[in-house]
Amino acid sequence: MDIWLLPRARLGELIATLRARGYDVVAPTPRDGAIVYDTIESDADLPIGLGDEQSPGRYRMVARGDDAVFGYAVGPTSFKRNFHLPAERLYRVEREGGALRFVPEPVAARKVALLGARGCDLSALRSLDRVLQGDRYRDERYAARRSDVVLIAVHCGTPSASCFCTSMGTGPRASGPWDLALTELTTGQHRFIVETGSAMGLTLVRELGLQAAGTLDKIHAAKVPIAAAERITRRLETDALGARLAQNLDHPRFAKVAERCLACTNCTQVCPTCFCTTVEDHTELDGSAAERHRRWDSCFDLEFSYIHGGPVRPSVRARYRQWLTHKLSSWHEQFGSSGCVGCGRCITWCPVGIDITEEAREVGSPRKAEKTT
Amino acid sequence: MTDALLLESMTIVRVRRETSDTFTFDLDARPRGGFRFAPGQFNMLYAFGLGEVPISISGDPLKPAVLTHTIRAVGPTTRALEALKKGDPVGVRGPFGTPWPVDQALGKDVIVVAGGIGLAPLRPAIYSMLSRRQVFGKLCIAYGARTPADILYDKEIEKWRGRIDVDLEVTVDRGDPDWRGHTGVVTGLLRRFELDAERTVAMLCGPEVMMRFAARELESLGVPAACIYLSMERNMKCGVGSCGHCQLGPSFVCKDGPVYPLTKVEPLMSVREL
Amino acid sequence: MNPESLARSLAQHPFCKDLTQAQVEFLAGCAKNARYDAGEYLVREGSLADALFLVRSGSVAIESHIPGRGSVKVDTLGPGDIIGWSVLLPPFRWHLDARALAATVVFCLDANCLRGKVQADHSFGYAFTLQLLAAASQRLTHARLQQLDVYKAELR
Repeated sequence: MDIWLLPRARLGELIATLRARGYDVVAPTPRDGAIVYDTIESDADLPIGLGDEQSPGRYRMVARGDDAVFGYAVGPTSFKRNFHLPAERLYRVEREGGALRFVPEPVAARKVALLGARGCDLSALRSLDRVLQGDRYRDERYAARRSDVVLIAVHCGTPSASCFCTSMGTGPRASGPWDLALTELTTGQHRFIVETGSAMGLTLVRELGLQAAGTLDKIHAAKVPIAAAERITRRLETDALGARLAQNLDHPRFAKVAERCLACTNCTQVCPTCFCTTVEDHTELDGSAAERHRRWDSCFDLEFSYIHGGPVRPSVRARYRQWLTHKLSSWHEQFGSSGCVGCGRCITWCPVGIDITEEAREVGSPRKAEKTT
Repeated sequence: MTDALLLESMTIVRVRRETSDTFTFDLDARPRGGFRFAPGQFNMLYAFGLGEVPISISGDPLKPAVLTHTIRAVGPTTRALEALKKGDPVGVRGPFGTPWPVDQALGKDVIVVAGGIGLAPLRPAIYSMLSRRQVFGKLCIAYGARTPADILYDKEIEKWRGRIDVDLEVTVDRGDPDWRGHTGVVTGLLRRFELDAERTVAMLCGPEVMMRFAARELESLGVPAACIYLSMERNMKCGVGSCGHCQLGPSFVCKDGPVYPLTKVEPLMSVREL
Repeated sequence: MNPESLARSLAQHPFCKDLTQAQVEFLAGCAKNARYDAGEYLVREGSLADALFLVRSGSVAIESHIPGRGSVKVDTLGPGDIIGWSVLLPPFRWHLDARALAATVVFCLDANCLRGKVQADHSFGYAFTLQLLAAASQRLTHARLQQLDVYKAELR
């Protein structure tokens, strides 16, 4: 694999090249006091010189004091929303003769380049791919949106205090497949060291006419995610975690966390792998037509488990357990991996600062011997 | 590949009232070349503008020209379906889910244990077994309902009862003065059947608590846990394991169920609010 | 029926499946055959509990009379079931009616005789009581499930 040098001044050309090829470039951009992922037009839209401070229940966008463009961890949005839409119309229903006609909503063809995706982001996307276009089920709408996507990763050098990707094996170095992977170097000349991971990546590099990176730059770049890993202190012991949680479904810790949990659904909204949806129906006022809309749903919602008679999980205890064990335990059986990528979003964006690693540690560790009589 | 969420329109050709809150309608499947399903599977039925509900298929799998569902009106969508008449259209997609282990029961005794509307998902299995009755051992049916007025398919039940190759017992939780049959829970009937327990396949459908009691009773009679099958109910919405609503521990009831062997669901049933 | 053949047929009843042959023979000393026509009462609520019935064939309703509602069935029993699981417990009165719904054949075990044998031979008494307890436990389990009213529609 060849490694290339992209001077900071030419980052805009990469974006322009992608746009010229018809790609919407979705990248980090500051908005409303947070760094979110959205469509950008040029490198000026990137969070230049911005960083973040994160801890359980807390997020602050801050000035870094330098000109770094990828100098922060992940924000409240994930790339999920570009492919698995927060809300979308599935189809219209019309009465026609004596029958119902179901007219599917077309999926707008959109070529997307994800710029600045961290290792956790890419892992989450692979997780979603298994769920929504795996071998047993294929969501045609998701698959259509996912069909032409360029992945430009950034090897993370700026994890937050909520991050635990090292425990989940998803970062800070972004493992492929990606088309390009950038490492930002701000000491000396501001530049990116670029790795190519596909023919598309190589095409982009050639189009930009990038020079090969020097040996010293390669060494500096390799050190960035290694140094980042050393700064990550949050840990989750994943060894047999799924089984340990499954054996402790009645752990008293669930009742305890339920005293704090507001069932606000924030964690499921920010989670890059949460995929649950519900469908809502609307009727036109004259009753001639109806629509079916799909939107993200949350297992924290009381209605989520409704069967005739009432919800299967009326207590917050049961709903928190569903979320935690789905992410960290049953996901393995369902999709062959953990449903958690260690991005820390649920920790940061929980209004009461519930920490999934702490809860999993408590539930998954052997209980004190129960009194025998 | 087709869109699993896309419905098709089917027309009601016949409506029958079963009990005060339960009705059956037949949909015309001829225009689509018949509707093939395995006993135990369910469809999503759509009421215009209101939404979908998972409803098990309750008709004869050998008669694919009609698609039959028995529905209990307990919510807005099922009540809207209840209001439909012959000739009205219904949205349908399916079939989804795992079937009853009819083929696994070849050569063995079979006990069907149904409670309430739980007889509906079992009826296709009963039809299927009756259509080739000689390849099974004993066929026993235990059915429990709330009151005599809540008994589904009463004419058909009398027909089955009249067959010498079917042992059928019906019981009600609460009798009325005219009720001549059994009173008491369906689990109380199970000991009355003379089954070769170790070579018996049991198919259970009804409220979860009834199935738990019945499964325990069958186990105590010697039916192997691996041969006891239950049909579970959760909030099935998409039918293909992608919306997340019907999870029961690690499984999606809509695609890994609804029919499970007891060995698979017993540990899950014992966890509250799972 | 001579005592040997009575003991032999008694041994076939599920109630006796965990008793030894000697215990069944001992029990047979209290037993006689009885037959009830459809509609005939085996026992009446409040009357002296003078027997334990082991149902061999037929069908028996356990009922309570509720003024204004008539006889309300709470259970129907059949072959293999017993009637009178509280036979050893004072005040030796029937709590409910038992009425044959069809021609019914039972073993009728004399209550005084049983109480005497249970007192006289505690090892037999234990085995016998265990069978009563099993029957009572099963009846209670069924009653609890029945009480749950699981088929009731929850309208929303």
